[in-house]
Amino acid sequence: MRRIEIILSRLLWLIPTLVGLVVVVFFIANVVPTDPARIIAGENATTEQVEALRAELGFDRPLWEQLGIYVRDLATGNMGRSLYTQRPIADDLAHRLPATLELTFAAIIIAIGLGIPLGVVSAVKRNSLTDQVLRVLSVSGLAIASFWLAMELQMLFSTRWGLTPLNGRISGFGPDEITGFFVLDSLLTWDMESLGGALLHLLLPAVTLALPAAATILRFTRAGVLEVINSNFVLYETAMGLPRGLIIWKYVLRNALISTVTQIGLIFGVLFSGAVVVEAVFDWPGLGTYAVQSILQSDNKAILGFTILVGVVFIVVNLIVDILHTFIDPRTLK
Amino acid sequence: MTGLKRLLADRAAAIGAGLIAALVLVAILAPVLAPFPGDVSEFHLTERLLPPDATHLFGTDRMGSDLFSRILFGARITIAIAVIAVGVSVAIGVPIGLVAGYYGGWSGGLLMRASDIFLAVPQIVLAIAIAQTLGPSVENVILALSATYWPFWARLVYAETRAMKGQVFIEAAQALGASDFRVMVLHILPNIASAIIVRTSIGMGATILTAAALGFLGLGAPPPTPEWGRTISEAREFLPEAWWYAAAPGFAIFLVVMGFNLLGDGLRDILDPKIRRGAK
Amino acid sequence: MTDALLTISDLSLGFRGEAGFAHILDGVNLTMRPGEIMGLVGESGCGKTTLARAILGVLPRAALELRGGAIGFRGTDMLADGAAQAAIRGRRITFIPQDPFSSLNPVFTIGEQIDDLMKWKSPRRGEGGRWPALLAPYGRSRRAADRAAVIETLEAVQLPQPERLLRKYPHEVSGGQRQRLMIAMALLPEPDLIIADEPTTALDVTIQAQILGLLRRLASERGVAVMLTTHDLGSAWEICDAITVMYAGQDVEAAPVTEFFRAPAHPYTNKLLASLPDAEGGGAMTGIPGEVPDFLAPPPGCRFAPRCERASAACATRPAQTPRGPGHLVRCVHPVAAPVHAEAEA
Ligand SMILES: Nc1ncnc2c1ncn2[C@@H]1O[C@H](COP(=O)(O)OP(=O)(O)OP(=O)(O)O)[C@@H](O)[C@H]1O
Ligand code: SF4
Ligand SMILES: [Mg+2]
Repeated sequence: MRRIEIILSRLLWLIPTLVGLVVVVFFIANVVPTDPARIIAGENATTEQVEALRAELGFDRPLWEQLGIYVRDLATGNMGRSLYTQRPIADDLAHRLPATLELTFAAIIIAIGLGIPLGVVSAVKRNSLTDQVLRVLSVSGLAIASFWLAMELQMLFSTRWGLTPLNGRISGFGPDEITGFFVLDSLLTWDMESLGGALLHLLLPAVTLALPAAATILRFTRAGVLEVINSNFVLYETAMGLPRGLIIWKYVLRNALISTVTQIGLIFGVLFSGAVVVEAVFDWPGLGTYAVQSILQSDNKAILGFTILVGVVFIVVNLIVDILHTFIDPRTLK
Repeated sequence: MTGLKRLLADRAAAIGAGLIAALVLVAILAPVLAPFPGDVSEFHLTERLLPPDATHLFGTDRMGSDLFSRILFGARITIAIAVIAVGVSVAIGVPIGLVAGYYGGWSGGLLMRASDIFLAVPQIVLAIAIAQTLGPSVENVILALSATYWPFWARLVYAETRAMKGQVFIEAAQALGASDFRVMVLHILPNIASAIIVRTSIGMGATILTAAALGFLGLGAPPPTPEWGRTISEAREFLPEAWWYAAAPGFAIFLVVMGFNLLGDGLRDILDPKIRRGAK
Repeated sequence: MTDALLTISDLSLGFRGEAGFAHILDGVNLTMRPGEIMGLVGESGCGKTTLARAILGVLPRAALELRGGAIGFRGTDMLADGAAQAAIRGRRITFIPQDPFSSLNPVFTIGEQIDDLMKWKSPRRGEGGRWPALLAPYGRSRRAADRAAVIETLEAVQLPQPERLLRKYPHEVSGGQRQRLMIAMALLPEPDLIIADEPTTALDVTIQAQILGLLRRLASERGVAVMLTTHDLGSAWEICDAITVMYAGQDVEAAPVTEFFRAPAHPYTNKLLASLPDAEGGGAMTGIPGEVPDFLAPPPGCRFAPRCERASAACATRPAQTPRGPGHLVRCVHPVAAPVHAEAEA
């Protein structure tokens, strides 16, 4: 019952938040009176040509009217046309979203796989040498600029040692597209060659992206475990002679994860921010590269569309986190 | 002063404070310390991409400028961006959070919903959008970071203020007739200051990373500004041969961010045992 | 005594902290026989929980400093830490905690927590094998038999609708129900000894007597010994076979319950009984002048000396356990004479 209420109230908030986001981003994108029509028309266009283009693109109307049109179009999934790819921005984004999501998921799996176990070990062996080393590593993981790490890893593993592909998502054609997730598609079509290629291409970008997230998860998990390890139920379970492994990896961990799960939204933010620059370094054909290209081209509408899409993804992730939370911590439903 | 003592007793925090002190010193003394102070704008095409040696500690860049000197001057930009951007964010976010938390109600809720809008997108994404529109310059980077970072403080202060409001001493002050402004500034603010300070330290680190990323993407100061993020992106096409070119600014960023994070962790342990959670 | 279940001899331990060494337990001697229900009575802070945790092996390791003595359970030294001790914990010796609210894991259903307990500690469990804890198998037939025992025991502690209860989370049931549950969980492994550390102080006064009565009944029906720590002499009187009194980390007097109330010999015990309100029950221990000594610098010998009217120089050495009657031991240089009518009877 209550779970549905939580979901509904979140969904209700989604709409005003999104509208707010559109308005904010729209005005940000238009604070400076640049003249996109002139840019598009090119250096040699005559004033009349520019004027015609301006009217055609709707840049001659008042800003609020442009906003109204934009929102109306957005409601039908139309984000306008990219100035440079000349394709609908929504299509561009939809085409690139799976690449970014695949990278982000791979990174989050690595981050969880590293962060949670190491966080538990760090807490259980509190103040030991292992703990000290892990803490130094996790602070370092949060201090490294991900684009720099990406470049250095790429230089070593690809350029120097030739162990991993230099950039991109796949060499060759890749698997037949079903979902747009190459790993998933190659499994679905049982295309082992593509699977190997896709995984190999994923490796460096995903690891780079995962490191700061892993550090964050490690720190949360460590703090969470320390918070519960002295609680009465651990004392009780220990006094009742349950195996230490069971107590730590099942009973303590689930409690500790509550605080970690509530932070997955934040971790996802860390990942997505990282993805923008990491993609740029590895030429990963996802949203990040698209955003960077749009920046270089001063393509306002494309950036606007990108920002809104990221906002939607972000809000949905937080919604999922909230729902997940009600499952992992039954007390929230009380 | 026992606070300072305890801070320095914490090894990690002491290292952090040391790194930040070094950064500040380097930034101030850059013209004195730099062996080639002119190299911020001068170039020597005959000395392009020299590996590190006794003359050029960190080697030279694509223009033949001394990287060590440029890194030292880059510290100034880094500090300026971090201090101003975080300062402005605090100056905007704290009052908003304080007022929204203190008065609550639907107007407070609305303020928080407004900050939610900004938090609905990762900071760097909005900052990219803003910096892109305004054009590449240090000022615009600062503006973009401030405009996107204040909601973090608003959120934090809002939550802390709400928690404070129920406290007996706050109610006592209100009962004694203290004005709302007085209660907020003299009674609530000092009590949530430690949380703000901790966040500020960690926020500086995060801001430096975001600023560097903007620089890397070409949204920061235009060349020949010795901004660290931009330097790394310049170095890209000369890898792997000129490994030092990217290594020096990368390590500089790492050390400085590490300094703020370590200091933040230490401050958290000392000032606010309640917030033990460890994120950025 | 060869038929003893639990023998604590000269147990001395404490905690090292910033302020120094807090010497909590000082030469504690105590014996329990199988099936005996013993009340461990003493003021708050006298070391009851510390003693209980020492037996259960859950004292905080970092600060703990063992000064000597032994805890023997049927010949096994419970101060050591090994496979033999692990096999006894939760199986031969179980535990009912003081606070049923925080002692169950909040994020697992009651059923899942009982399942894990039975998986590892059910009397039907054979040799475990060397499985990692999370992967250990739980055979189908044993699981079914265990489940039947769980339902039967939950009914025995008068929990209604046990099947439904198992699907609930701890926060969904009342404190009294939770403590019944803890009693059931303590009984399920069919132990020889239950350590119950103030099992009712966290509960509503109105149900305290019920819960204690239930514990008493089930324990004697099943022949399980219980060590019940309490500072309530009234309830100790009602449900215990024997009583051991502790003062500031020292055992001072032990006796079967009737003997204890008829002929208390230790000056501290006498003061305790005198400070009881007329009606039994609800007897909090207050009203003795003076303060409990500081564990960082306790008085030598008998720790009650600073508050004792009968104290003399001789009390600076800890008096030995002296028999006063059948099963009645007292540690005092100048014990109180037995009441006149008692001597007449003897
Ligand atoms: N880990 C520890 N470190 C230092 N001192 C401790 C520790 N645990 C307990 N003590 C001290 O040992 C003394 C005995 O505590 P204990 O909890 O055993 O008393 P108790 O008889 O169970 O009291 P209560 O009736 O309040 O439960 C107390 O003074 C307590 O402060
Ligand atoms: S008479 Fe001596 S030994 Fe007996 S209780 Fe008093 S002080 Fe202790
Ligand atoms: Mg106790």
